Amino acid sequence: MHDLTDWRLAALTFMVTGYALGALLPALIGIMGRALVKSVVTLDSTIKNLGFTIALASSLAGCVLSLSVLLSGEPLYVEIQPSLPFGAMALHADMLSAFFLGVISLIAAAVSFYSLGYATGFLRRRNMALLVFLYNAFLLSMTGVVLSAHAFLFLFFWEAMSLSTYFLINYEHEDPAARRAGYLYVVMTHLGTALLVVMFVLLFSRTGSFSFGAFRDPGSRLPAVVQSVIFLCATIGFGVKAGIIPLHIWLPEAHPAAPSNISALMSGVMLKMGIYGMVRVYFDFLGPDIPEWWGILILIVAVTSSVLGVLYALTEHDLKRLLAFHSIENIGIILMGIGGALLFASLGNRPLASLALLAGLYHVLNHATFKGLLFLGAGSVLHATHTRNIEELGGLIKKMPWTAFFFLIGAVAISALPPLNGFVSEWLTFQALLLGFHISDLTVRIAIPLTVALLALTGALAAACFVKAFGITFLGLPRSDHAEGAHESSFSMIAAMGSLAVLCVVFGVAPSLVVSVLDPLVSSLPGVHASGQVLLGGGMMLIPQSDASSISPLALGGLLVAATLFPVAAGYLFGGRVRKRVVMTWGCGLEKIGPRMQYTATGFSKPIRMIFSNIYRATHEIEISEETSPYFRPNITYELRTESVFLKYLYEPAYHVIIGSARMVRRIQTGHIQTYLAYIFLTLVLLLLFAR
Amino acid sequence: MSDVLTFVLPALLQLVLVLVLAPLICGIIGKTKARFQHRQGAGILQPYYDLAKLLRKEVVISSVASWVFRCTPYLVFASTCLIALLVPTVVVPLPLDRVGDIITVISLFALGRFFVALVGLDTGSAFGGLGASREMSIASIIEPAMMLAIFTAAVTAGSTNLSIIVAKLSSTPASMMNPAHLLAFSGLFIVTMAETGRIPVDNPDTHLELTMIHEAMILEYSGRYLAFVEWSSQMKLVIFLALLSNMFFPLGMAASMSPWALCVGGAAFFAKVIVLAAVVAVVESTNAKLRLFRVPELLMVAFILSLLALILYFIIGA
Repeated sequence: MHDLTDWRLAALTFMVTGYALGALLPALIGIMGRALVKSVVTLDSTIKNLGFTIALASSLAGCVLSLSVLLSGEPLYVEIQPSLPFGAMALHADMLSAFFLGVISLIAAAVSFYSLGYATGFLRRRNMALLVFLYNAFLLSMTGVVLSAHAFLFLFFWEAMSLSTYFLINYEHEDPAARRAGYLYVVMTHLGTALLVVMFVLLFSRTGSFSFGAFRDPGSRLPAVVQSVIFLCATIGFGVKAGIIPLHIWLPEAHPAAPSNISALMSGVMLKMGIYGMVRVYFDFLGPDIPEWWGILILIVAVTSSVLGVLYALTEHDLKRLLAFHSIENIGIILMGIGGALLFASLGNRPLASLALLAGLYHVLNHATFKGLLFLGAGSVLHATHTRNIEELGGLIKKMPWTAFFFLIGAVAISALPPLNGFVSEWLTFQALLLGFHISDLTVRIAIPLTVALLALTGALAAACFVKAFGITFLGLPRSDHAEGAHESSFSMIAAMGSLAVLCVVFGVAPSLVVSVLDPLVSSLPGVHASGQVLLGGGMMLIPQSDASSISPLALGGLLVAATLFPVAAGYLFGGRVRKRVVMTWGCGLEKIGPRMQYTATGFSKPIRMIFSNIYRATHEIEISEETSPYFRPNITYELRTESVFLKYLYEPAYHVIIGSARMVRRIQTGHIQTYLAYIFLTLVLLLLFAR
Repeated sequence: MSDVLTFVLPALLQLVLVLVLAPLICGIIGKTKARFQHRQGAGILQPYYDLAKLLRKEVVISSVASWVFRCTPYLVFASTCLIALLVPTVVVPLPLDRVGDIITVISLFALGRFFVALVGLDTGSAFGGLGASREMSIASIIEPAMMLAIFTAAVTAGSTNLSIIVAKLSSTPASMMNPAHLLAFSGLFIVTMAETGRIPVDNPDTHLELTMIHEAMILEYSGRYLAFVEWSSQMKLVIFLALLSNMFFPLGMAASMSPWALCVGGAAFFAKVIVLAAVVAVVESTNAKLRLFRVPELLMVAFILSLLALILYFIIGA
């Protein structure tokens, strides 16, 4: 066993030093090299290749470390010397940490390879050393977050993660929207961190130690009220990072502003750090005594996030903003699993809680792969066309066939269609929720059907949104010169997308791979402490808790392929080869159709905007210039705005309260030094009086 | 050899049954509607002739279209065939019942719809986009309505496995008259009308841009591609009628592979599907097509009915 530990320590050391070197070395070369090397481009591409290759190698080491813990089931624990006060300073990789480390490393590996090609777009234009430094620092801080076993260390890495992403959002800082997004992000994320500090202090007050091992100790329980305060702090603090509604407002601004490889990491992985924190606190620290309202609260947050996330995504025509709203939706779906787990655990049904949590964690992995893939695809489109506005795109499937194909796989996966991975985790979530029907508790009996209904609604709306996103972007005729002049991306970008697409298929058709790893993980958490009892065998996944509900995605995939050959063969036997004639699309009697006659993204989502008009509160303005005759209108401007309920009714009042109270406080700030001296004197007198 | 008899053969027979029956049911509905309109109408075998003709005809492809356009007919047909293997018609348990459950069936329909909607956008025609937009909007309400309706039956049986649901329901005939069950049935009936593009939601017989939904998406299809898309739609109708009858009233279904039971089961299935097809034809003939933006209201009714069914089941139990 000693060998195994040594070997894993080596992987850990390799990964951590790798990221650190990947951050520092290119930065040093960048600073030193300016003086020595004349050609900036040569220098920058060296920095780029070196930095992203080191990141790739480190993330592969992370994958190895994660797999070794997950497969052997033996946690890794490393104490760091010299230690800080209040508990041992340590890194740990238990099953939960190792799983999230695996998610980070898997996506980071693909994104690092992608960046080798993608970042060439920044040569000559941007500071490459800065990008590489921040990129590696971002990856290092995320791995640090999941590996920390001490609150100080955790908060350090948490802040490092927030700050590195703040600078990455501001990477293209000439854009005022990026600066605004960065500011909003840093304000919101620090609101979250403040609550996390409160949470850790409360946990400290219970144990007198800041080490995670002490938090887990069931010996000294806090009163239920304090437990609930900790729960709320964790939900809000981690919820800001995860982007739950109504704490999501930074997310659709920040994710599109960052470079696309960073967006893929932020959306695919960084949001999951919030989920990691929640699972760690709810099921590990707060342990088995869970009141019922926790689960209900999380379920409410989950359905709000998922339904509103997908509805807002439908009205977007900025490809990256659209994907960012879908991240909110998917976080909602993940939280349905976690909320269900809390609810079932509070009612003592541990196997069911285990199943629900397993479904949520499965969706964590799946969302990371397909959302990573989709953001990389969006980056590829942005790289080729220099626009994120899908109203200006179209016809890219002919210009960028590989990007289109992989984006389509991602779109099918995120729409939860069989046999890809999104379908499997949503199926598990449905199963877990439907099994709640056997619990005879009135709250559950009302909460569960509503959650199920809204999960079904979310899935259907997501499919509608991705028909729009893929169809308008890649199909039809190019709507602008940007799309007309597009070209396929470089090999490294295509290969990275391809590898994530393969993962979407593998995690779809071979759920036993994932479930067999996740089940021991979930069982090891004190808050659940039971197996989800998913039977695996012959590619089949069976839930014995119900009366044998089962699917076999592998057989489904196989049958689907076989069944596709059937009509091909039947058609051939009956009518011979397909005789084809290629002509222009029918133009309703006009000579030919033009790109402007196609449906737009705004037009596509119109029926849904009408159906859900109460939620959108859309206002539109039509401006028509009539110069010569009402029949020939040279210019029609159509502007559509949807109202964000949360900005108007939550954030604006809060903003006014804060600004108002700041104005009140300002009255004592006169600006005269005499007044301030008087304040000091008064304070001194008061202190002397009380300290006597 | 015994594997072939008990496993592959029943699966193939079930597939062939749905494949062959589908055009006939559409012929019967067409004939019934024609009689309502005091017309002679085409013979009930007309859909077979249409399919045979279309399969032999040349295909016209838009120069704008991509591989999505050329692959979709096969993919849609394949996913519908796969569903035909999973939905109980004559006998339970089905040989492939463990491969996919009711959630799989609904998702496979969604897979087909996803690609047909993409085809609508693929040719660059305004009609295609119009159809795709309407289809996906309507689907976003009826898909959850369908899930809820069927989940009502699923939680009664304690499983989402279709064969188990049917078997459980056959063994307790009293639960067929459960109010939750009846609500779910009416929800699913509205869903069926919408999913298969029938009046009052869509009219399969016209190409009027004000109203058409499904036809608008597949407007550019011709020849063999159109044959497969049309055949898939016909199969979809039969599968929905099978779900309506067997998920809620599984009377006369065969529980074993004995020839006598199969004959009875086959006859019962045929009778149920014909009756439901007649009901569909009557509803189509006696109702007016709804204005497009009134359609969501009808679909919301289906959604609420199904949700009520599920909650009712929860509150009062089965």
